[in-house]
Amino acid sequence: MKQVLHLRVNGQDHAVYVPAHKTLLEVLREDLNLTGTKHGCELGECGACAVLVDGEPVLACLALPIELQGREITTIEGLADGATPHPLQTAFAELGAAQCGYCTPGVLMTAKALLDHNPHPSREEIRHALAGNLCRCTGYAKIYEAVERAAENAKMPK
Amino acid sequence: MKAFELYDAATVQDAVSMLSKFGPAAKVVAGGSDLVAGVMKDWIHGKGMPYPEKLIDVTTIPEMVGIKLASDSATIGAATTLSAIAESPQMQKGWRVLTDSLFSVASPEIRNLGTLGGNINQRPRCWFFRGEKFSCYKKGGDFCFAVTGDNRYNAIIGGELCYIVHPSDAATALLALNASATIAGTGGTRTVQFDNYFTGPREDVLRENILKPDEVMVNVTIPRLAPNTKTAWTKLKFRQVYDFALVSVAVVATQENGVWKDGRVVLGGVAPVPYRAKVVEQALAGKNIKENAKAAAAAIKTVARPMSANAYKVDVATALIEKTLLDAIA
Repeated sequence: MKQVLHLRVNGQDHAVYVPAHKTLLEVLREDLNLTGTKHGCELGECGACAVLVDGEPVLACLALPIELQGREITTIEGLADGATPHPLQTAFAELGAAQCGYCTPGVLMTAKALLDHNPHPSREEIRHALAGNLCRCTGYAKIYEAVERAAENAKMPK
Repeated sequence: MKAFELYDAATVQDAVSMLSKFGPAAKVVAGGSDLVAGVMKDWIHGKGMPYPEKLIDVTTIPEMVGIKLASDSATIGAATTLSAIAESPQMQKGWRVLTDSLFSVASPEIRNLGTLGGNINQRPRCWFFRGEKFSCYKKGGDFCFAVTGDNRYNAIIGGELCYIVHPSDAATALLALNASATIAGTGGTRTVQFDNYFTGPREDVLRENILKPDEVMVNVTIPRLAPNTKTAWTKLKFRQVYDFALVSVAVVATQENGVWKDGRVVLGGVAPVPYRAKVVEQALAGKNIKENAKAAAAAIKTVARPMSANAYKVDVATALIEKTLLDAIA
């Protein structure tokens, strides 16, 4: 059964006509063409599809968009401020914290939520916050360093 | 995933009437991380387990979300997220064994979506039950594939007919805390101690608890701990995130000068229900906990009946019980 869903994504309101059982991941990628959010395991086990809902990271492959109408959804496409990258993006680029890059959007969104709550996290806090984001290249050390670098360069646009 | 219809319940009564009107193909959903992303995406169904056609969302019921503190207890709405409970300073202060158990569930992203009621009432993770091609007892079939197949993660205690282990970390901690659940159904509301909530395969192999098809778990009430109560939580898993318990242990012990007065030792990952290890509790009664932890932990061996490939879990359980007892009094 198709119906119109009203979703607020990256500050923009969208009306999409989709089957009610589509996941948020499917609607973002297939109906809104926001393909920055990656399709990983689709079982809630890898974190590649992490997006923010009202500022908290959730897995888009598990969430039903019909339940998220009226909530503020933020994807990787909404992370930069126009042409200015988010400090996390700058730090990841500077330190080469992306290898194949597939986990990177989910990592960045989860790290953004962490820094928004806790601007100066310890390494341990970063590890806990990113525990749900698997990197198949196993490039975790660079990822942690880049989050720390972003926190240091802390003129964070909110 | 097959198409389904989704209904937002406004009140508990609303959810109950929809469940009773729609019948067995209707299911309550909250976070959906097990029902939608597990059971339905993986097409887990069978003769005794119809594929859900109508989902009733209970996260839209205000009285089912949030934590209420009273002088003698805490009451948590069943649709409260695991993150909200685990991160609550009051819950951490009063019921650390519960918040520790919740922090050990899945990943931060899933805890942001998953709820207390969903965690307690999730379906088992046995890979034969989760395998689309296996028509096992739990789905209404006529065989337990774990008996002849790879049973390394299956039950070591209390398995018969079906050898699942109960997957919920929250349930293990809540049983140790002597908590109770409020359940609403067409016949009204009832309160059930977790002692009497979980059921084994002999009682009804198609479910893991007493919740009837037209009932909803509304909230969970946890009594405040008596003075001199020590608690601890241990969960062993193959990796540090996204994993269910190989064995978990919750200890809630009331002691005086290190001597066991009263308390509970509850194991997860070993039996079809969260398993209260009374043999261990009895071995500690009136004794110094530190001096007797090792011997008391070993008492679990007297009730364990491992299968062909999971005898190692008996040793794991023995070691973890001792560790958790010592952690509690440390």
